[in-house]
Amino acid sequence: MPNSQLHVAEAPAGNRKVHAALTRSSTGAEDLRQLEAGLDSLQSDAAGGARIDWSRVLLPVAALAVLIIAWQVYVWLGIKRRDLVPGPLDVIGQLGALWGDAKLQEAVWTSLQRGVTGFVVSVVIATPVGLLLAQVAPLRRAFGPLISGLQVLPSVAWVPAAIIWFGLSDATVYFVVLMGAIPSIINGLISGVDQIPPQYRRVGAVLGASRLQLALQIVLPAALPGYLSGLKQGWAFSWRSLMAAEIITVGGSMGFGLGSMLNQGRDLADMTIVLAAILLILAVGILVELLVFAPIEKRLLRRRGLLTGSTR
Amino acid sequence: MPVVLENLGKRFGDGAPVLDGVNASIGQGEFVALLGASGCGKSTLLNIIAGREVPTSGALEVPSDGAAFMFQDAALFPWLNARENIELALKLRGVGKAQRRVEAEELLDLVHLGGAGDKRPHELSGGMRQRVALARSLAQDRQLLLMDEPFAALDAITRDLLHDELERIWKETGRTIVFVTHNVREAVRLGQRVLLLSSRPGRVVQEWHVSEEHRTDAGLAGQLTGVITARLREEIRRHAQ
Repeated sequence: MPNSQLHVAEAPAGNRKVHAALTRSSTGAEDLRQLEAGLDSLQSDAAGGARIDWSRVLLPVAALAVLIIAWQVYVWLGIKRRDLVPGPLDVIGQLGALWGDAKLQEAVWTSLQRGVTGFVVSVVIATPVGLLLAQVAPLRRAFGPLISGLQVLPSVAWVPAAIIWFGLSDATVYFVVLMGAIPSIINGLISGVDQIPPQYRRVGAVLGASRLQLALQIVLPAALPGYLSGLKQGWAFSWRSLMAAEIITVGGSMGFGLGSMLNQGRDLADMTIVLAAILLILAVGILVELLVFAPIEKRLLRRRGLLTGSTR
Repeated sequence: MPVVLENLGKRFGDGAPVLDGVNASIGQGEFVALLGASGCGKSTLLNIIAGREVPTSGALEVPSDGAAFMFQDAALFPWLNARENIELALKLRGVGKAQRRVEAEELLDLVHLGGAGDKRPHELSGGMRQRVALARSLAQDRQLLLMDEPFAALDAITRDLLHDELERIWKETGRTIVFVTHNVREAVRLGQRVLLLSSRPGRVVQEWHVSEEHRTDAGLAGQLTGVITARLREEIRRHAQ
């Protein structure tokens, strides 16, 4: 029987059988050092050199080209009137004209300035509030649902109230931007803190960190990826709220922003201005993402070994 | 005696006791392996010795400055490189900036990672990470080092080497080590003394001394392993009903 053969192969109990790993496996300090060095180099990955991956640049450009060509082809087919659906070339012409009048530069500069100022103020307010809510349980229980709720509330809903309180001034725009950005940054920070692996706090406690040291030296850096995605979302909310506020709030001491340009296009029933404004709003959003957030995020994730296997 | 446990008991809420009548004393510079099956309250016992939990009955005597602790998971901070991870432990202990750098390098050398200080945790293998974690717990500079299954998640080759490594470091630093494991071979390989804990409730039911001969004679070590395994299984069988 195969079974009994298996049993024969086993040594009887009490026999002086040599077990692996019961005694020292190295023959001295130098031998151990060598064995470890060998194993370390076998087990660590060789660092690959960073090369420019052209597909990251070429694929998005190709996708954009395809979309523009499809748009042009649609216009050539002449299904709709040209003044209702202008082609890419008409819009580029309009952008050139706006540039010539210096209206394009003025609109982009005004909006960007407002967006960045509003965003920075939001970060300064939201960061300490978020840390406090994440670290103090009763505060979190009390205000958490309200903050999440504020994130769901479209910030445009604040525009009428802001106009009544602050009139047609910059304060109205900033108020709407803050109401849009602050809750999303707070929420990002809180969820970043929630996702910290529990062993980090445990190690911090074992190493003798005080409450403040734990918050600043361990919790905050550990929550950085979540905080950063909160900031990204906060910027998106700032930018969107800003456009909503600029479209609705016209006149008074309000300057001329991208939202105002969009509104002007509607008033003049000039579709090329409307499309030009939309494309500019989109372009600013994409550029801020590509030039500011993407490099910071990539660096952060790569340094923590979190990029492996992602499709970014 | 750095650690004395007298009739120690622990229960959580109204549940059955996790530990009941634990008696043990651990001498200065001793290496004690705490062995037991699942549910024997090994980790609870370590937490009590570390002062992270309070026993519900009995008395204990532990070093007043507490204990260094090493976990199964290295739990290195991913935003710091290997050296900075060790430096953080020194910083939280109140060591000055210049001194931190020097001591961190020394500790890296001690665990044979002199050249890997600039590497981030994700660039290190499991064994290297665990050695950085060991260096970090040595950076705490406590006489007593508590280890909670620190090598359980490693592959067999790495674990064998780390056994040699830990033995060497223990001899060089003269620390008192309490090493929790569920692996009989590991307990025999490392401990000067092996304490067997029963399960539910946890209690020290038997102890064995491991001599220097056991470190070099695989036959002798194998015999002891067999004896301890048999006793451990007897303990486990009690729970079959």
